[in-house]
Order: sequence, then C-alpha cells, then structure tokens
Amino acid sequence: MTDLTRLSAAQLAEKLTSREVSAVEAVQAHLDRIGEVDRAINAFLHVNTDEALLVASEVDKERSLGDAMHPLAGVPIAVKDLIVTKGQPTTAGSKILEGWHSPYDATVVRRLRDAKMPILGKTNLDEFAMGSSTEHSAYGPTRNPWDLDRIPGGSGGGSAAAVAAFEAPLALGTDTGGSIRQPGAVTGTVGVKPTYGGVSRYGAIAMASSLDQIGPVTRTVLDSALLHEVIGGHDPHDSTSLTDPVGALVEAARNADVKGLRIGVIKELQGEGYQDGVQARFTEALDLLRQAGADVVEVSCPNFRYALGAYYLIMPSEASSNLAKYDGVRFGLRVVPDGAPTIERVMGATRAAGFGDEVKRRIILGTYALSAGYYDAYYGSAQKVRTLIQRDFDAAFTQADVLISPTAPTTAFKLGEKLDDPLAMYLNDVATIPANMAGVPGISVPGGLADGLPVGIQFLAPARQDARLYRAGAALEALLEDTWGGPLLAQAPEIGGGK
Amino acid sequence: MPEITREDVAHLARLAHIDMSAEELDRMTGELSVIVDSIKTVSEVAGDDVPATSHPIPLSNVYRDDVIGETLSNEEALSGAPDNADGRFKVPAILDGE
Amino acid sequence: MSTATADILSFEEAMEKFDPVLGFEVHVELNTRTKMFSSAPNAFGDTPNTNVTPVDLGLPGVLPVINRVAVESSIKIGLALNCKIAERCHFARKNYFYPDTPKNFQTSQYDEPIAYDGSIDIELADGTVFTVEIERAHMEEDAGKLTHMGGATGRIQGAEFSLVDYNRAGVPLVEIVTKPIVGAGERAPELAKAYVAAIREIVKNLGVSDARMERGNVRCDANVSLKPKGQEKFGTRTETKNVNSLRAVEHAVRYEIQRHAAVLDGGGTITQETRHWHEDTRSTTAGRPKSDADDYRYFPEPDLVPVVTDDAWIEKLRSELPEPPAARRKRLQADWGYSDAEFRDVVNAGVMDSIEETIAAGVKPATARKWWMGEISRRAKVADVEPAELGVTPALIVELQGLIDSGRINDKLSREVLDGVLAGEGTPTEVVAQRGLEVVSDDGALLEAIDGALAAQPDVADKIRGGKLQAVGAIVGGVMKATRGQADAGRVRQLILERLGVEG
Repeated sequence: MTDLTRLSAAQLAEKLTSREVSAVEAVQAHLDRIGEVDRAINAFLHVNTDEALLVASEVDKERSLGDAMHPLAGVPIAVKDLIVTKGQPTTAGSKILEGWHSPYDATVVRRLRDAKMPILGKTNLDEFAMGSSTEHSAYGPTRNPWDLDRIPGGSGGGSAAAVAAFEAPLALGTDTGGSIRQPGAVTGTVGVKPTYGGVSRYGAIAMASSLDQIGPVTRTVLDSALLHEVIGGHDPHDSTSLTDPVGALVEAARNADVKGLRIGVIKELQGEGYQDGVQARFTEALDLLRQAGADVVEVSCPNFRYALGAYYLIMPSEASSNLAKYDGVRFGLRVVPDGAPTIERVMGATRAAGFGDEVKRRIILGTYALSAGYYDAYYGSAQKVRTLIQRDFDAAFTQADVLISPTAPTTAFKLGEKLDDPLAMYLNDVATIPANMAGVPGISVPGGLADGLPVGIQFLAPARQDARLYRAGAALEALLEDTWGGPLLAQAPEIGGGK
Repeated sequence: MPEITREDVAHLARLAHIDMSAEELDRMTGELSVIVDSIKTVSEVAGDDVPATSHPIPLSNVYRDDVIGETLSNEEALSGAPDNADGRFKVPAILDGE
Repeated sequence: MSTATADILSFEEAMEKFDPVLGFEVHVELNTRTKMFSSAPNAFGDTPNTNVTPVDLGLPGVLPVINRVAVESSIKIGLALNCKIAERCHFARKNYFYPDTPKNFQTSQYDEPIAYDGSIDIELADGTVFTVEIERAHMEEDAGKLTHMGGATGRIQGAEFSLVDYNRAGVPLVEIVTKPIVGAGERAPELAKAYVAAIREIVKNLGVSDARMERGNVRCDANVSLKPKGQEKFGTRTETKNVNSLRAVEHAVRYEIQRHAAVLDGGGTITQETRHWHEDTRSTTAGRPKSDADDYRYFPEPDLVPVVTDDAWIEKLRSELPEPPAARRKRLQADWGYSDAEFRDVVNAGVMDSIEETIAAGVKPATARKWWMGEISRRAKVADVEPAELGVTPALIVELQGLIDSGRINDKLSREVLDGVLAGEGTPTEVVAQRGLEVVSDDGALLEAIDGALAAQPDVADKIRGGKLQAVGAIVGGVMKATRGQADAGRVRQLILERLGVEG
C-alpha cells in the first residue's frame, strides 16, 4: 500500500473521496509518522491523537452514509501553536502560557472543523512568533528535516518542518515578517502569506496586528490553494477582514501558465547579501520562466532598503502593547515573589520569568519607540516609510503582474549560529518584510538546492490578487519539477532517530 | 537621536512591567543600542508631505450591530485564572503595605 | 492613611483673593445593549464574570469590533453639545497596567475625538446663564470592577487582596472634556453642579444613557486651579476624581477652592495631582502625583479601522435628536403660563417632567403645580427622596383632583386620601370609601348640624342676621367640627345663610 504520508493533500483527498482510503487510516498514518520522527524534529508541541481520530471516524461514517462532504474532509492538518484551539493547549511557544487552554476557537480553526479536517496537533514556533529560526521557543528548537543540525526557519519552523518531514500534509502558519515564507524556503516547502485581511486573524495570538496574517504551509502550490479556500473569506470578528470573496485560487493553481505574464524582478532584493547558491537558483528560475513565455522585466523598489528598519519599529511597538495582557491576572503563569508583594511586583516577576530574551528585547524596543518624545521620530516615521513602500509596490505593479525575488538571502543556517546576534537574525527577513508592510500577498515555492539545502523563490502580487500567486507559483513548480524529475522533497534525506 | 542609556532601559522595563537584573539591563542596553543605531535612518527617510500608513489595506466604518451574542460562563471565564475567589479573579494587594 | 482635613480658607476670603478656573471630564456610560467592542450584554448586577466574551477578558487572540449604536450615540452627544463631528477619526490604545484593565491598555481616542469644539449654556438657579466651552467628546471603554478585600474599610488602602469582575469591562463610555472655565467667580461651585446636571439631563434626554449618577452612569472628574485676582496665567490644577453626585460636585469644587486658597495664601505651591473626594468628611485627600509612569504610549489601534462620517449619516442622526432641554423648558413655561419664579421653582424641585405628564393626563397646569410643589414635594422631603420617586402617578392625581372637583372630598380630606394611597390602601376612591372620608353632602344631615351650631351660638346667629357676614365662619367651624371635617365648607356657608334668610 502507498505510504499515505507521502501523498499531497489533493491526492489524499481524492483517495478519501473515492473511499479508497479511510480518514482514520490517513490520520493514523500521520500519527505514526509523528511517533517515528518527531523526537528528532520536535515540530509538535502537542499531538491531538484522540480528537483527530474521532473526527476522522466521523468523516468515515458520514461518507459511508453518502453525505456531501467538503473535498478536504478527513485530510489531517497541523496548526501553529499561535492559533487558539478549544480542547488543546495553546502556548505561543512561551512559558507564560504553559498549560493554558483557550475557551474559544480561532475563526480559521472553526473553519477547519466545519470542513471536518482532523487537527493533528499544535506546532512549535519562536516564542510569540518572534524569531527566524524557531530557536526562541521555550520548548526547545525544531530541527530542519534536511539537516538536523540546522534551523527550519522561523517563526513557523514547526509547521514547515512537520510538512517537510511528512508528519502532516498541511499546516497553518502565521506571517508577520516572513514567518510562513522563510521557513518554507529553508525546508523546501510551499508557504503563502495572503493579502492582509484575506484570512481572519481572530484567534491568532497577536504579535503585530497590522502585519500579522494566517496562511497555508504545504508541500505543493495546489495544496496551499485548497487550504487557502478553506480558511479565507470575510469574518465579522475581525474588523480588518476583507469582504471580498476568496477568489478562484484552486482554479488558478490548476491552470498554471506564465505565458504572457509580466514578472518583475526586484532589483533591490538580490545580489549583495544573497548567498551565491541562492542567487544561482534564482537566476535559473528566471530563465525557466522566460523560456515558458513569461515577460521578465526588472523593477526598482528603492524604499525597500528602509523596510527592515521600519519593520523593527512598527512590529515591536505593536507587540509591546499586544503582549501587555500577559500579566498573571486572568490566565497563564503567575510568579509571586517572596514577601507580601503587590500586584505590580507580581506582574513584573511574572513577565520576567515568563518571557524569553527575544520577546523582552522587542517589548523594550517597542516601549521605547512609542514613548513620549520618540513617537514621531520612530513609530510615526516608520509609518511614513510604510507609505513609501506601498508606493514602490504600486509603481512596480504598473510594470509587472507579479514580482519575484529569492525568499530568504541564505539557506538554513546551523542551530546557535545567529542566536547571539539579533541583527544578523533579523536580516533573514529582508526579502519577506516588504509584503507585510504593504499588506500584499506572497508565496514561497521551492527553487532547488544549494549545497544540499533548499532555496525558496518568492512571488508577490498586488493586494487582493492572491490568485496570481497560485498561477505563477504552480507554473514555476511544474517547470522545476520537470527538471528535478519529481518534487524537491523526494531528494530529502531519510530522517534518523532521536538526537 | 540620543544614545539609549542603561537608565532608559531601566525606565522602559518599569513601564513594560518586566523585572530586570543588573546584568540583564547591561546586556539589553548594549543590544538595543545596536538595534536602534541600525534603524535610526528610518526617521530621516520620509518628509512631512508623506502621510502615515497605519493599516496596509485601507478600510473604514466596520461595525457590529448592537445585538447580544454568546458569552462565556463564569467557569469558562475563570478557567485559566491563576487564582480566583467568589466568581472573580483574585489578585494580590494593589497598594504596598499600610 | 491621611484623614486629616487640610487647612482651608473661608470661601469668602478665597474669593476676595483669587479667581477660580474650572475644568470637567465627565464620563457617560452609554445604555447600548452590548459593549463597545464585543457582543456581551451591557448590564449591571449580574453574576460576576458572566457578561463577558473572550474579548472582554482580553484573552489571547481576540479582536475588537466597534458597536455601531455606540458610535451613533456618541455622535448624538456631540451634536447636542453643539460640537463639530469629525469627518474621520480613529481609536487609539492608551497603555498602562492595572488589573481592572484586561488588555493592560484602554481602547480610547486620543488625537482624533469623534466630536470637538462645542459649547452649552448653563442656567443657574437664579436664571444667570454661563456658556461652557466643550473641548471634545470621545469614545472609550470602561474598566472592570475591583473589590478590595481584607482591609478594614473595603478601601484600596490596607487591603490584602482584590477581586476583579470584568462584567463592566468594555462598557461604552463617552468622555466629555470642557475647555478651562474662567470667570465663574464665587458662583464656581454652583456652576459646577449645574454643568454636571446639564450633561446628565442632555444624555438622559437623548436616551443614550440611563444617566443615574448613583449607579456610576455619569461620573465627574473636577479640575480646579486658582489664579490671583488680575493674573492671566492659570495656576497649577488638581483633579478631583469620581465625584459622583451633584451635591458632591458642588462641595468638592468649593472645598478645593478653599484648600488651594489656603495653600497659596500661605506662600505654598499646589502639587499637580489627583485628589480623592470623601463624602463623610466633605474633604479631599491627595492621590497619585503626576509622574513619568503616566507615559501612556498612545498609538492608533491597529485592530480597528477609522470611523468616517458623511453628511447623510450626521443629518439622519440630527433628525433623530429630541428637543433640547433648554428649548423644551422655554416651551413648557409658555404653555403652562407659569411666572419665571414659579417655573424656576418647579425646575429646581425636579418636578417638571412629572408636571408635564400630569397635565398631559388632563389636569390643569395650575392644579398640577399645586400638587407637585405642595403636598407631594412636602412628603418627598420628609421621606428624603425625589418627588418623582414617591410613587405618585399622573393617573392618581387625575383621580384625586376629580374627587375634589365633584365635591366628594375637599382639599383637607384629599391629603388624607393621598396618605392612604401612598400607604398602599388602594386607589383614591377605595381609600375614600374605606376610611369613610366622603364629604357630607346630604343637606338634611348638614341642616341638622347647622341648627345645632346656631342654637349653641345664638349671639353669633343674631350678628349674621344683622348683616355681619364675616361672623358666618364661626358657625361653619362649628358645623365642620360636628361633621369631623367631612363637609363641603362652601355648601355649609350657603345653607347657613339660607337658614337665616340672609343674602350671601
């Protein structure tokens, strides 16, 4: 029998619909795989065995009765532990939420439940999604399935690694500055950051409200489109949610074709600072697209060079306020110092013990950027830079239908390599941040290997034009897989035992 | 832009309600100085004529009808509380001593 | 803790030396069905922590959504205060840690309030009118309720721990802020009371708030500073928090003026700080001084999108506004034909609405005034309640007055009937029957009593026969005594004259 964990979500869905495979079998195969490899990978913080099997058995029962089912019913999924789920713990990768159970479901989780997709469990992340390596998790780092000594990217390293290691066919991530796309790039998987407002943020634990967005983490572009259509669309619980229909994303992925598509190469997001192997794969991808009939042009976005700096003012500012609620009063950790401490002292001690270094760094930075006397120079200026970045995008999209760049400047680095150098860590997001600043959608697709490690290629589209990402992404995926003779992940090494 | 000092960091830590040891303050001051130094160009980029963008996708007038919805039960509300009494969240004294 | 009353100067001396400058921040709780940013019920007195959604507890992952009616109520308040309504405004986060604030920031408005630049005319008891300029009215959310336990008095000082109920967290508030009020002079305390009363009246009249101060629907922070006579520059101000009755507003402003005057007169300086009002001692004590911890780090609330108003929306809301209270008073006084003094007394007694309802029920204006300013007000005073809270309905007055007009009871008896009704003995007619209070209208019975009275005082009878009509009163008195007051004095008088053959 085929190894069910090797199938794409679309393939598995077909076998489930035709009742060739039962949902219980599909879920069990993935639970078994998690049991085999997750000791080595540490992608999961919580495995939801009983509930996943229960939902699967319900799907099988309903399907046997001939009930109309969602096409992805019974296809299991992993959820980043930044997204709240009733009946399972949600930690945000932080000690401060250890053991906390949400009394409500995130809107995206509710939609997964409505589609009867069994939730395999919650995946690891940098604490409160703050990081680019998943090393800032309070529950130990996740390892890259391509090389267990390397990071899987971040903050959504758990979701990307789970999908890359065949522990789940689908996962949800969140992307504030690249936390879906950069892990996708370094693990050889597909990651999508939808248009801001395209997927409800209700129930996604906020880092930076004006930048955060939930999106799909998968092994194929089509699978991302399928999942995007499940989770996308208007939600009255999120004031920033768009009322536009989700769009024909699956259709775009199925009818991939770049003939006549104008693809803009962003001058500022390549060359210096980009690893040679990354640049080489990027250039090859451009050649392939050109050969397939795309109109590849160069565009300039001069203000992108300020994006990282502006991001590191806006993101921590919003985060410093969003994370104020973790104070030991209503939920989560409470640390009581000796003596008869006041609530002020309990809050100070709780937050000192409950937050890790990177979170504290960003809270202090954000507090600084918002404080009296600095607001205009920092937060105010950063918001103006945001306008300039949007203008760059607007101008570029008059010349091109989609933009293209490497997703990350380097392949996966070694664990610990950048842990003591926050600035070097922040540079990983240099190519992904502009999309968050402007709210435009982006996708990372596998672009091949450099020194045996995956490289990601990023497409960006105008706001509300997510379908273009699926069209271009699926086309490049097909062109590259022809040259590789199959999916990139087929080349990944078999994962050994625990470390 | 002025240098970020250890006193600044101590003040910010108080504002943010995060206790910090002397060593932490020293380390954080060094790290923040490097970060602030690297991002300070942001304040010089945009002129007064450039408007600020607070929301990436401009929307306005998003409202809810004034209709009562589902609420949490008292048990659900208190389910995550570190301490509670009498149906309410219990917190240590707000003021010090007498 | 400090209970000592600071030295104060007499009010008269303070006024000789200084000019007071006032400012008010009045918080009005809106009476929407649901909260400002969540669909939880906006209701009091329920089991703690049940009128909450995940949003009101600030649980991880939650997002706010603005209540449309709360915005419309806020715009109506702005219009009633003659404010400009912002074409575009947004919410901002005010960041500070306090256990009654679930997110450790309050969602409020900062640099862009929904309404700004207004003014209202405040009429004092003697008819003097002051114009108070309104700086802004902005939308925000209320905090939860803290109960301090383990201390001696339930106060925050000395408490061992506190309990938090978030039912009130997220209740919509409109904060109305005045510009500095200069020139009130010795009438400052009176103006303070009248201003807060006017705000209460306006929001009640708009129907956007229950406006009950005793329930905290309307809460006042009063700012006071003094400047020496003739000086332009304002002095340092103090902000007296949560002065929650009209009387307390007047007293607190008066007290702070006297306290400031004493400090300044003694060569001291005023500390900019919040003060707490104590009703028991009628004095204030120092609260928290302004400090660098008040760096609220305001920034635009990224989870909410801007409120944008257009003319059509504003005009629709304007068309829904009820008649303003001042205009209504003018109209009612003209309709009822009361003198200025009569009408002011009615307003000050708080019975204008009751009189309006009573007249609407068919009672003549003069009669309605007689009831509400007379018997009912007197009883309210004895019971220490507002006249309207006594339980007297317009229908009751209609019935009582009807009994008088038909001659079944007289004025004196009507008071006894009212007592019976208020004691729960039934309707006026039932009380009359049960207590046997009906006027004796049987002429036969009356003539019997008259004959008895004439026989008892033959000299008086002679005087009347001789044309001394003012002597009739003595005989009437005798008859009333004999009938225990249950006779119509007019009828008795008429019968006496007939009996004696004298032209009345």
